[in-house]
Amino acid sequence: MSLQEFWFLLIGVLFTGYFVLEGFDFGVGMLMPILGRGDDARRRVALNTIGPVWDGNEVWLLTAGGAMFAAFPEWYASLFSGFYFALLILLVGLILRVVAIEWRGKIDDPRWRRRADLGIGLGSWLPALAWGWVFANVVRGVPLDARKQFAGSVWDLFDPYAVLGGLATGLLFALHGATFLVLKTGGEYRDEALRALRVLLGPTVLVVGAFGLWTQLAYGNGWTWIALGAAVLGLLVSGAAAFTQRDGWGFVGTTVAVAAASALLFGSLFPNVLPSTIDAAYNLTIHNASSTPYTLKVMSWAAVLVTPVVLIYQGWTYWVFRKRITVQQIPASVGLPLATARD
Amino acid sequence: MSALDVSRWQFGITTVYHFMFVPLTIGLAPLVAGMQTAWVITGKEHWYRLTKFFGKLFLINFALGVATGIVQEFQFGMNWSEYSRFVGDVFGAPLALEGLVAFFMESTFLGLWIFGWTRLPKLVHLATIWMVAIGVNASAFFIVAANSFMQHPVGATYKAERGRAELTSIVELLTNNTALAAFPHVVAGSFLTAATFVSGIAGWWMVRNARSGDPEKLADARAMWRPVSRAGLVVMVLALLALVFTGDTQGKLMFDQQPMKMASAESLCHSETDPDFSVLTVGTHNNCDSVIHLIEVPYVLPLLAKAKLSGVHLDGVVDLQKVYNEKYGVGDYRPNLFVTYWSFRAMIGLSAGSALLVLLGWWFTRRGRVPTRRWFGWLSLLMIPTPFLANSAGWVFTEMGRQPWVVAPNPTGDPNLRITVQQAVSGHTASTVWISLITFTVLYGLLAIVWFYLMRRYTVAGPEPAAKPVGTSGDSGGEGGTPSEEPAVEQLSFAY
Repeated sequence: MSLQEFWFLLIGVLFTGYFVLEGFDFGVGMLMPILGRGDDARRRVALNTIGPVWDGNEVWLLTAGGAMFAAFPEWYASLFSGFYFALLILLVGLILRVVAIEWRGKIDDPRWRRRADLGIGLGSWLPALAWGWVFANVVRGVPLDARKQFAGSVWDLFDPYAVLGGLATGLLFALHGATFLVLKTGGEYRDEALRALRVLLGPTVLVVGAFGLWTQLAYGNGWTWIALGAAVLGLLVSGAAAFTQRDGWGFVGTTVAVAAASALLFGSLFPNVLPSTIDAAYNLTIHNASSTPYTLKVMSWAAVLVTPVVLIYQGWTYWVFRKRITVQQIPASVGLPLATARD
Repeated sequence: MSALDVSRWQFGITTVYHFMFVPLTIGLAPLVAGMQTAWVITGKEHWYRLTKFFGKLFLINFALGVATGIVQEFQFGMNWSEYSRFVGDVFGAPLALEGLVAFFMESTFLGLWIFGWTRLPKLVHLATIWMVAIGVNASAFFIVAANSFMQHPVGATYKAERGRAELTSIVELLTNNTALAAFPHVVAGSFLTAATFVSGIAGWWMVRNARSGDPEKLADARAMWRPVSRAGLVVMVLALLALVFTGDTQGKLMFDQQPMKMASAESLCHSETDPDFSVLTVGTHNNCDSVIHLIEVPYVLPLLAKAKLSGVHLDGVVDLQKVYNEKYGVGDYRPNLFVTYWSFRAMIGLSAGSALLVLLGWWFTRRGRVPTRRWFGWLSLLMIPTPFLANSAGWVFTEMGRQPWVVAPNPTGDPNLRITVQQAVSGHTASTVWISLITFTVLYGLLAIVWFYLMRRYTVAGPEPAAKPVGTSGDSGGEGGTPSEEPAVEQLSFAY
């Protein structure tokens, strides 16, 4: 395997890690207002299932972005300047989510919390829909000109295939969040999360399946059939688990589905990193977009040495906070009142 | 305005905004870790209350640091794609390392710290906040190393066939003399920011408690606020000394490596031997030759530049401009003189706020005293913003002084390894960049208001009261015991 192939794989792995981990964060944020209607403690149950880990999960994106910049600067430059408004929407969503999660409980006031919930909701729905939209466009290709620059308009990105991609990640992340909530909560709350999971199953299988098949037929190659098969199998496993009360298997199923969907997209893209719809000669590939062998070698050492350590301590965090959370365990709000009491 | 101007404004606004919150995070993480360590070692409850109190302020602040940091990482590609293509081979490496080594560490261990109060053994829990403190400082190192490459490119060459910079030595890149001087300067500035923050709040609370007439509150002022205030003052003194020393080192490097930046910092138009240090100048905006030096101090500038009192020849802006025109082609290579001149002075001058707090604070808390003067309490609070502003001024000076370069040519390096802002910007229309500029500015503005509101509310609310003696079921401020896990803990110790 050449260094370029290794780094394509590594960036694929980083994005897959990001989608798997933030996928359920987004899903939890998307389902939080629905499952917690009218009851603050129930909304807090959802939020606290991801409480200790969501920030670390988000770093997968920052590291994937940094890795892209380091290993394939041309890819980073063309993608980020070309998908300008898509990324702007993503950033607004991510900013709102960070501050809404951290500040939500700081003030004990229903209106304050409603606004924070709006931030968490928007900050989960927007990225969940945007990521599939962005990556479908990457796989499909965009109008790159001879200088490898995006020569189209933002409307080029609203292609039916890409819009379907957005819907697919939206639903898939919601389902992934649902299986995570079922696994991480207890009592009545879990039962309701399970009901939401069952409702989501049908549409998700349909849309993700359609998007996967479209990807495979239009852009796939021989081995990506395996990824597509794994994605569908994952969804079926979580579907079966939802009706046999095997919460762990349910989550494993959606995890496999998200990872396989990501593998399908990256596999269909390879060896391009950003195809051109104008002329295949303008495609950005792992060869013409990459850094020098020296940079790739240095970064490979860093990745090989540090990534296992990160996996160990992140895994340990999940172990520390492995217990299910119930509504009864949520402590009373310790936030300050909105207005100062004059003393 | 052109897309270039809008992009520059956007990068400036988002970066200055980011760096409002970052130094407090970098400095406060170790200080909170220190407070928690004091609690674990001495077992004194007030250190626990202080850890919790400043921990809350730390977290409120951390959120904005994270939120605005994500934008920075995307912005290089979004608005400066030509720059990203040019330096990606070099610049991407420290960015990726920052994510891999530092961001993962700080965010993961912060989650453990926030939620682990009753889940982790005391010492393991203490270790998590120290990991956060190490992580935030490590991230500063990598990003400062990346920035230092733009000020003084080393460890790379220009490859003409690809038209880009290529990394030749990661070790040289990470041991760039500019980075080795800038990193401790940034860290010292961050410690000054956080220690001024801690001592400022402690000073205000001391006066407030002392004047309340409540013996319990007076006891708090004596036993809790006074020691933490003095600890903060000690950190401030060390940070100020470190700032002077590292600032001086950096200045000497800049006189060598970026003479144009230093010439404009001094409004030195024409090359001179042993010029005087200028304290106050007036002139038509940004017109070098209209500048009139009103107050000047001899000997300072040669000392700053070369550690000598005389015999120092320094190049002026006009002469450097001529040299650069010959070297790099016709163009305007002068930074904005007004901004560089005044941001340099603001950076140094604003440190006086912290110095004043050190002197007054030390005097008013001498030999076990607790200050009672109302003005001292208010002054303590008023000094808190000064290091924040000094940090901003310092970065504005560093970055605006680098103009028009994004990667300034290294006088002893590869002369082709250089790129101006004009060559670096993405090919967007101005309106495209306007949309993101307005979006970020409005969003950031609103969030800053909420941030200030929360910081103020939580500062005024103060730490939770001390635990009641055993037997009474007082909630809150008591030390969090760590019950063994098995008998299902009734409630989470912390929940968002």
